[in-house]
Amino acid sequence: MLDVVTAPPETRVAPRAAMRSAKALTGNIAVAQAIRQINPHVCAAYPITPTTQIMQEVAQFVADGLMETELVPCESEHSAMSACVGASAAGARVITATSANGLALMWEVLYIASGLRLPVVMAVGNRALSGPLNIHCDHSDSMGARDSGWIQIYAETAQEAYDNILQAVRIAEHPDVLLPVMTCMDGFLTTHTSENVELLGDAEARDFVGAYHARYSLLDVDNPITYGPNDLPDSYTEHKYQQVLAMQNAARVICEIDKEFGERFGRSYGMIDTYCMEDAETAIVVLSSTAGIVKEMVDTLRAEGRKVGLLRPRVFRPFPAQELVDALKGLRAVAVMDRALSFGAEGGPLFTEVQSALRNAECGAPKVVSRVFGLGGRAVARDEIREIYDELDSDRPVKFRLVGVRE
Amino acid sequence: MVAPGHRLCTGCGAGVIIRQMLMSTDYPIVVSNATGCVEVCTSVYPYTAWRVPWIHNGFENAAATISGVEAAYKSMKRRGDLPARKNDKPIKFIALGGDGGTYDIGLQSLSGALERGHDFLYICYDNGAYMNTGIQRSSASPFGANTTTSPAGVMIQGKQEERKDLTAIAAAHNIPYVATASPGYYMDFTRKVSKALEAKGPAFINVLSVCPLGWKSEPEESQVLARLGVETCFWPLFEIENGKFRLTFRPNVKKPVVEYLKRQGRFGHLFKAGNEHMLAHIQQRVDEEWGRLLEREKK
Ligand SMILES: Cc1ncc(C[n+]2csc(CCOP(=O)(O)OP(=O)(O)O)c2C)c(N)n1
Repeated sequence: MLDVVTAPPETRVAPRAAMRSAKALTGNIAVAQAIRQINPHVCAAYPITPTTQIMQEVAQFVADGLMETELVPCESEHSAMSACVGASAAGARVITATSANGLALMWEVLYIASGLRLPVVMAVGNRALSGPLNIHCDHSDSMGARDSGWIQIYAETAQEAYDNILQAVRIAEHPDVLLPVMTCMDGFLTTHTSENVELLGDAEARDFVGAYHARYSLLDVDNPITYGPNDLPDSYTEHKYQQVLAMQNAARVICEIDKEFGERFGRSYGMIDTYCMEDAETAIVVLSSTAGIVKEMVDTLRAEGRKVGLLRPRVFRPFPAQELVDALKGLRAVAVMDRALSFGAEGGPLFTEVQSALRNAECGAPKVVSRVFGLGGRAVARDEIREIYDELDSDRPVKFRLVGVRE
Repeated sequence: MVAPGHRLCTGCGAGVIIRQMLMSTDYPIVVSNATGCVEVCTSVYPYTAWRVPWIHNGFENAAATISGVEAAYKSMKRRGDLPARKNDKPIKFIALGGDGGTYDIGLQSLSGALERGHDFLYICYDNGAYMNTGIQRSSASPFGANTTTSPAGVMIQGKQEERKDLTAIAAAHNIPYVATASPGYYMDFTRKVSKALEAKGPAFINVLSVCPLGWKSEPEESQVLARLGVETCFWPLFEIENGKFRLTFRPNVKKPVVEYLKRQGRFGHLFKAGNEHMLAHIQQRVDEEWGRLLEREKK
């Protein structure tokens, strides 16, 4: 059971509503506050821009006695994720954070965490993968990990990044799921930008996440367990099948927990977020913070009388195929904006998923095009978004385009 | 603590090492095992030879993994979150890896865990090559050894480089306990394991592990070789306790190193005409190192 630790003075007020506080916080600080409230047993991490700040904050909370977490400040991300695996297999609640090359260095161990069914939670500040070196936002890091068996949730705002971490703990540890969860937010655009964030009171946040009792623990020395055996062809497929089922269950559990969160705290997000989709004829599909500026353009174009909309998948793994099909079928054309490349593929990774989901739409599958943008932090201009909507109105929009590229 | 019926080769030194390791203590033990022969042979699903909690994570991260387990233990103990059990003896943590998983790919993870001061014991079973993948050289392979990636050929006579001194590297972390051991001297080894587990903080033991397959030696000679390694001073037994160095075994008569080498096919080419200088070189290195250790003990 998680003990109650001393709350910082400003959140020690009793009445429920008053316990909440809206503040201007960056995504990193908001996430660090969520981790403080969750008070996990172990945080093992390694610094990397733009998520370094999260574990710095956590370290300060520990140093100030505001958390009882055991910090493992590792010598690499590979070791950080390895320590997370060890701690989680011991039955601890474990949270870490990383970005880009750090996530890439963890790659091997990401599969081990999910394969051993360990509910580790990780905050990812999305950043471009080297090379050349670039510290700014794109999604090449987490898209590279999309098949690692981790649940992936992408936040549009700092508020959502905060809420997602709280929900992620519940999702990961749910007995029907037991999979690790990556909660992603855009590097710098969300990690370092101040937004209005309403924090829950410590007590209600803790009450929401609850206590964690692992079913199998390495520390249960009277009932020894073997974790990570040598699995041969006669059983490996069955173990992977269990992961497939767990990922399917995750779709249901994510919705249930999000609903409960909404009922208790007034904010819920669903698997996908839609904006002006009811009568839309064309739409953009995009992840994370970019949805904000696309929504503004939707407003502008709507004022001009154009029937445009936006769809933002909040969850990428498990992929909300049915929700997407329901929202997109009957549209004339859809542009999927990817913040990552998949070299040699028809388009970005989100595009290929959306296109594949729509193939199954019984009728009225829209034309789908791929627009890759924002690589390595390249800003996307309002006019470029307008242009994408304009292209969708043309007879034959090009299938793939790198937005804003100087050829 | 480790069941018979594991699938290690006949005469495998590592099987003896893990048995002796677990016999050395009454504490409840949790083991983190790097990828390698021991891991693949003791855990073939749905069976396990381990009667203690055991985790295999990857090849290079046994130390990082155990540091997570140990951190979890500290945190859960403090909060009263540990699983219920019959007695409340402290739980002890052992990471176990081959020379490949320790000297080479796992060196960073080991160094990090030693520096962070986790309360655990790392045991390296050093059979001098990547045996599980088919006897490739490692930085622990001795000079002259014929391995599949340092083969003895017409022009090159096996491994041309000296072994890395991993025990010295571990000791350079100034941890409370560092030792070498051999299952041939099992009283010495088991005593060292008990001591290491009592140490407050990280401990490291490097254990000579005979591999009949990779060494091309007779399986029934494994214990003989485990003793000869020590008696020729090829694998001296010592411990460094809180910085204090002590030889734990001094042979009455230091046997010539060829006694050890000639029983191993991996050194067979060194006994061919023209390679006498390599044998002489090995003997010279052994003598120099033994001399240094004797000097060191006097200090
Ligand atoms: C990252 C990674 N690289 C390579 C391998 C392949 N591999 C598995 S075991 C092994 C050799 C192990 O050698 P060692 O640590 O000396 O143990 P031994 O096999 O001798 O018991 C190798 C190279 C792997 N499993 N993981």
